[in-house]
Amino acid sequence: MKTEQENIVKTASPAKRSPVIEIKDLHKSFGDNDVLKGINLTVNKGEDLVILGRSGEGKSITIKCIVGLVIPDKGNISVLGEEIIGLNRSELNKIRVKIGFLFQSGALYDSMTVRENLEFTLKRHSTELSAQEIDTQVMDVLDSVGLSDAVDKMPSELSGGMRKRIGLARTLILKPEIILYDEPTTGLDTITSKEISELILDIKKKRKTTSIIITHDMSCAKLTADRVMILKDGVIHAEGKYEELEKSEDEWVRSFFI
Amino acid sequence: MPTLYFKNTFTDIGDVTLFTKKFFKEVFIPPYESKEFFRQCYLMGYKSLPLVAVTGFIMGLVLTLQTRPTLATFGAESWLPGMVALSLIREIAPVITALICAGKISSGIGAELGSMKVTEQIDAMEVAAINPFKYLVVTRILATTLMVPILVVFADAIGILGGYVGITIHSDVNAYRYITQVFESLDFIDIIPATIKTFFFGFFIGMIGCYKGFNASNGTESVGKAANSAVVTASLTIFILDMLAVQITDLFF
Repeated sequence: MKTEQENIVKTASPAKRSPVIEIKDLHKSFGDNDVLKGINLTVNKGEDLVILGRSGEGKSITIKCIVGLVIPDKGNISVLGEEIIGLNRSELNKIRVKIGFLFQSGALYDSMTVRENLEFTLKRHSTELSAQEIDTQVMDVLDSVGLSDAVDKMPSELSGGMRKRIGLARTLILKPEIILYDEPTTGLDTITSKEISELILDIKKKRKTTSIIITHDMSCAKLTADRVMILKDGVIHAEGKYEELEKSEDEWVRSFFI
Repeated sequence: MPTLYFKNTFTDIGDVTLFTKKFFKEVFIPPYESKEFFRQCYLMGYKSLPLVAVTGFIMGLVLTLQTRPTLATFGAESWLPGMVALSLIREIAPVITALICAGKISSGIGAELGSMKVTEQIDAMEVAAINPFKYLVVTRILATTLMVPILVVFADAIGILGGYVGITIHSDVNAYRYITQVFESLDFIDIIPATIKTFFFGFFIGMIGCYKGFNASNGTESVGKAANSAVVTASLTIFILDMLAVQITDLFF
């Protein structure tokens, strides 16, 4: 009988580079619902990994486990060489500042302006910065997402795409080494989706970040992925390069690319 | 089923206890979110002043108008200022003001934090290595604990003013004489226990609002539930605390 690891449809072996995120045998249940049943994955430095899967397969839960928002039932998660399960809040926070997380909705603080949203995070982690330096950094990061005009707007005045860009700017302001994107293009029109996908690519090139991108948007996956993983029934069903999985012999895998 | 009901009730009590324990742990550990604390004091205290002023004035006025005929029957109209002041300070102003704060502040906190939970704003703080409990919960509970007693003192003063207006409708009473009679009828023993209980009212108004909002389940429906549940629970808690406070005051003073 084949093990789960052997059952994975592999189309290519990842290049041998230094791993930044390593997940081993990750399990998570909610009541009787076993969502993750032994996820194993490695993300190497500078790599953009796209995770695909049907809704409810546990893609978002996986990345929430990486930042400690969800505590797994079993398994190991190593981020930047540090085992994160079992860490206390202050130890975990030291790793969290190196990880950016873009939420599906943007999750902007809606009682604050765009400027305050960005300053709120920065001021708490860079207490030595002057008001002038904070302002410069805020404007720089807004420039990088193409929204410097929106600095004094409230989140309620922004469109869906703008909210995601500001969410991304808020993530970037701490200069993270890793960025986790939770469905960055969901709910956006085709043009805005493409702009967000290009922004993700641009961030990777300029800032040399490592990313995990959860998406249902195949054009986003095609544009951003160095490697693709597909979740099915709580385990990784297939992994490889986008073009290779597109031609996979596995019908279920191919169904994502139609 | 009664078993399930009791199980849920005891689970809730356990959760609230742990939430309260966490508050007392976090409140003493730096960093202190003083800017947010003062912002909340402004929003909860200053922004509630008009509402408390109108309510306080009406309380004093109505209490005077309703009591006056009965006192007049016994020829005891001169007791009116003292009676109004005592009733307001010992019982009516603290309870009514606290109930207003439960409706305005506790529900506001429940809805705000519930909405932040549903839209992942609390998670966003968590992943940005900012302690959301310290920033959102500790500041709000401290602000209500401080602001509710101040609002009650304000309501006391406005209520006494309302009482004076009520008296002058039927008779010509000198303001100085009215104030003198009010203060003559009051003792520290009337003011201190009544003020101490308002700190507890404030603490529980903030704590219940924060607990309901912070623990809202995902979904927009839960925001409304959190706000509604915060008002109901906070109002009920105020009555229970008031009953306990009166019993304790009665026992010792």
